[in-house]
Amino acid sequence: MSEVKYSKEHEWIKLDGEEATIGITKHATEMLGDIVFAELPEKGSNVDKDGTAGVVESTKAASDVYTPVSGEVIDTNQMIVDDPSKINEDPEESAWFFKLKIKDKSEMDSLMSKEEYEKFAKETSA
Amino acid sequence: MSIKKTSLNNLHMKYGAKLVEFAGYQMPIQYKDGIIQEHKYTRSHSGIFDVSHMGQLFISGGDDLTNDLEKIFPADLKKLKTNQSKYSFLMNNKGGIQDDLIITKTSDGFLIILNAACKYNDYEVIKSKLDNQYKLNLDESLSLIALQGPEAKNVLNKVIPGCDNLKFMNGNNYVYNNDKVYITRSGYTGEDGFEISIKHSDAEIFVESLIEYGSKLIGLGARDTLRMEAGLCLYGNDLDNDTSPIEANLKWAIPKSRIETEFVGSEVLKDQFQSGVKKLRVGIKPDSRVIARGNTKIYNDKNQEIGKVTSGTFGPSVEHPIAMGYVDNSYSTVNTKIFLEVRGKKIPANICNLPFYKKNYVKGEINV
Repeated sequence: MSEVKYSKEHEWIKLDGEEATIGITKHATEMLGDIVFAELPEKGSNVDKDGTAGVVESTKAASDVYTPVSGEVIDTNQMIVDDPSKINEDPEESAWFFKLKIKDKSEMDSLMSKEEYEKFAKETSA
Repeated sequence: MSIKKTSLNNLHMKYGAKLVEFAGYQMPIQYKDGIIQEHKYTRSHSGIFDVSHMGQLFISGGDDLTNDLEKIFPADLKKLKTNQSKYSFLMNNKGGIQDDLIITKTSDGFLIILNAACKYNDYEVIKSKLDNQYKLNLDESLSLIALQGPEAKNVLNKVIPGCDNLKFMNGNNYVYNNDKVYITRSGYTGEDGFEISIKHSDAEIFVESLIEYGSKLIGLGARDTLRMEAGLCLYGNDLDNDTSPIEANLKWAIPKSRIETEFVGSEVLKDQFQSGVKKLRVGIKPDSRVIARGNTKIYNDKNQEIGKVTSGTFGPSVEHPIAMGYVDNSYSTVNTKIFLEVRGKKIPANICNLPFYKKNYVKGEINV
């Protein structure tokens, strides 16, 4: 059974056993506007919870992408590098950013549920 | 100071604008379609831009006005025919640009279109340089609306018949809704287009009729990507008080007939014409998809800093990142390899020709 959680930096994370898939939320893409560039972490590198693990740029500005948990990068999504507009089209499914072999499952505990995130997103964008 | 609203504020909200503060005004950065779609629609059809925040300065009175204005601006105003426009500059004594502007000769004087953030200062500077001898009116009773794109002439002609006869950088008086409007054929997108100076009370219904004929409202976001593709400067980014028109690669806007004459900053410009400049504005094309924004440092292949980017974005029509900036003149030749420092990495790029997107203006008189 997979578990989906959300961070205050507007990332989503789906955990399947040891493997976590991470991307940015639909709400984040709506705030960013048209995304025209994506940079992902290197496969095999280690990333630390709340550290920078990529960049997205819209026509307006650049924004860092953070990782909500620590782990080793085991896969990255070349599709969004080749065509960043896919991130606007399908941010929470096919346009994932990277996959991690998660280091410490307890890091998931501090993240938000879907309901909590939706409430958070609404409050912070108002 | 409270934030100002243009006469189209309600319309912006009606069409789903995301509003931001710009130069003291509440302005639309984008509408529902987003920057890329708005940009492309302007290039393929036509876009409506609310530029009412810009200054419309009317100067009139006195036979010596043309002479006195030539002491301020490096344009050939004596040669200007009524309703003809020229791009020019308000400079300081060091030849630095205080504002870039469009001067149009009207039946009783001149109309100068000023940047929003500079307009009140420009007004004071020009007024004091003219020794208060003339009538100056920074008219805030008028809206300014730009209509840009290949369909602009067809759309505008349906609303105000006859305006498609205008030549590029020429204007004329027309009537709309029983009120006088002044239209020039000009713009800031690299497309054919018009700027319409119109009474506030007519602005909303005028724009609604343009929309009815197929045009769409376009925000400041797309205005910025359009002007960058067209290689046009944004004051405050690409032009400032420490940069001369020669350094900005805008030599074409200083007519030869004026180089030997006196105007504010003329000594510095004359010297730069003869001895050249140290830095020059260039077009920059990154090799990869990485975007270099304003203030990105530029390096040569020996890792020496040689300049900085002043504007950069992703060009929706050229489908590639684009930038412009200033480099040491010895690196300004097209195809020179340079490196842009983005997030700690040196990104390879090339100096390239401007514009990135080829212009499509309706030609008027030759402008050199």
